[in-house]
Amino acid sequence: MQKTQMGDFQTAQTLETFGFLPKLTQDEVYDQIAYLIAQGWTPAIEHEHPSRSFDHYWTMWKLPFFGEQDLESVAAELDACHRAYPDHHVRLTGYDNYTQSQGVAFVVYEGRT
Amino acid sequence: MAVKTYDAGVKEYRDMYWTPDYVPLDTDLLACFKCTGQPGVPREEVAAAVAAESSTGTWSTVWSELLTDLEYYKGRAYRIEDVPGDKESFYAFIAYPIDLFEEGSVVNVLTSLVGNVFGFKALRHLRLEDVRFPIAYIKTCGGPPAGIQLERDRLNKYGRPLLGATIKPKLGLSAKNYGRAVYECLRGGLDMTKDDENVNSQPFMRWRDRFEFVGEAIQKAQQETGERKGHYLNVTAPDPEQMYERAEFAKEVGSPIIMHDFLTGGFTANTGLAKWCRKNGMLLHIHRAMHAVIDRHPKHGIHFRVLAKCLRLSGGDHLHTGTVVGKLEGDRQSTLGFVDQLRESFVPEDRSRGVFFDQDWGSLPGVFAVASGGIHVWHMPALVTIFGDDSMLQFGGGTQGHPWGNAAGAAANRVALEASVKARNQGREIEKEARDILTEAAKHSPELAIAMETWKEIKFEFDTVDKLDVG
Repeated sequence: MQKTQMGDFQTAQTLETFGFLPKLTQDEVYDQIAYLIAQGWTPAIEHEHPSRSFDHYWTMWKLPFFGEQDLESVAAELDACHRAYPDHHVRLTGYDNYTQSQGVAFVVYEGRT
Repeated sequence: MAVKTYDAGVKEYRDMYWTPDYVPLDTDLLACFKCTGQPGVPREEVAAAVAAESSTGTWSTVWSELLTDLEYYKGRAYRIEDVPGDKESFYAFIAYPIDLFEEGSVVNVLTSLVGNVFGFKALRHLRLEDVRFPIAYIKTCGGPPAGIQLERDRLNKYGRPLLGATIKPKLGLSAKNYGRAVYECLRGGLDMTKDDENVNSQPFMRWRDRFEFVGEAIQKAQQETGERKGHYLNVTAPDPEQMYERAEFAKEVGSPIIMHDFLTGGFTANTGLAKWCRKNGMLLHIHRAMHAVIDRHPKHGIHFRVLAKCLRLSGGDHLHTGTVVGKLEGDRQSTLGFVDQLRESFVPEDRSRGVFFDQDWGSLPGVFAVASGGIHVWHMPALVTIFGDDSMLQFGGGTQGHPWGNAAGAAANRVALEASVKARNQGREIEKEARDILTEAAKHSPELAIAMETWKEIKFEFDTVDKLDVG
């Protein structure tokens, strides 16, 4: 390949799963919430300032929403968390009590820096 | 009780070891062998001979047998079945009492089950197809140092397969150039990179130098990307003392994971290393060099599902399983059968996947299935479908062969992976819609677009040599 055709790959700060995709649209976020709930997992929200995003523990937004089946309600909580902490990353996780792990975890809102 | 007397000479094995009325105990270790006897030898005699020679028996009666209770210790052939589509072979099912085996020792189990019996002259071929380890025995084994759940938690990777690559060229790079290749892959978006299996400590790159440069590559990539990274530093060594010395240094340079070849290194070394990893908070990646020598012949050797079960007992957090779609041998149903054995806590008998017994794994942690060898971005949707989230997908040439280099190749794979996972979660049939999903994702990733162009023609369509037995 000619060097003029060769791209320069710049290292980016990424936030794990879905970090390499364009920001998810509202509809796409809904799809992922629907998947999480359909798996029987528990939706939960966490937020943290970007300077501390490498830490394992982010601050929990309220408690995990045990038994929640309503997409709108989860989306509203994500939005509320984002409005309360506009400079923080906001992450949605799905707790899987069978594997005692998280079935999904991805950042929905990136904090303004 | 009948009085036993010593009667010197040679008895037919089936008198003592063929027991079709026997009902196996929950504590028995069960084995299924595919037997191909010499012409003219009855099946019952062959099955009984296998049971005898892999447990208490020898070719001649000896007086000292009467000093113990061989009825308690002997292996028993308790069932014979036809092999579908094969007239000359048959399956023999054998039950072994648990007290025949040392606790926590797959070494001891294998020494009995696949020991001298495989050279037995009355057999033309013999293959160990499956083993049911009783839960009582499993509880004596250490198993994976961390397991799937703990590895995800340590590395903060959820809801998707992990992404890796073996550093190429596999041999010949200097330590500093090798670390460069690692850094480029990690900064581009891979979670981990891997030493090739035959990278140990050669004259062109001694292990200590490789570990130091790779350690720096991991730390720098972590700082720059904000994600957790690793490189499987291969500590496979000529002797256990050097193996542990390398493992200690890998921990010192800050790698979260080391690597071992469990067959060439041996189960004793592997079990010891797994215990070391548990004690030191390190993950253990397991490569399987030499497996095809043992498992590829359909009538002789040991099926890989048995080797995989043994590895889960001996200890490892990742195990290579083949890719189904890439350059190396692997039937899809059969591969899924042993992938279950690595990851699930209970696997039911399922002959359509070559699983001959129910297997209860109890509380033993799960092992990531590693798909590696001749795979590239076009395979991604199929790989995500076949292997699911609890897998490590490794693209060596498929990362480093990218026209822009390792970092762009890594990014291309990461975009393809995340696009596949996202689409799967949305309920799309990603294997069928592979082209659409990747083409869509490539619109915002020039790296992926170029990768798709580069590997569009590459296929590995050869028939599998070792197929499941079907009529």
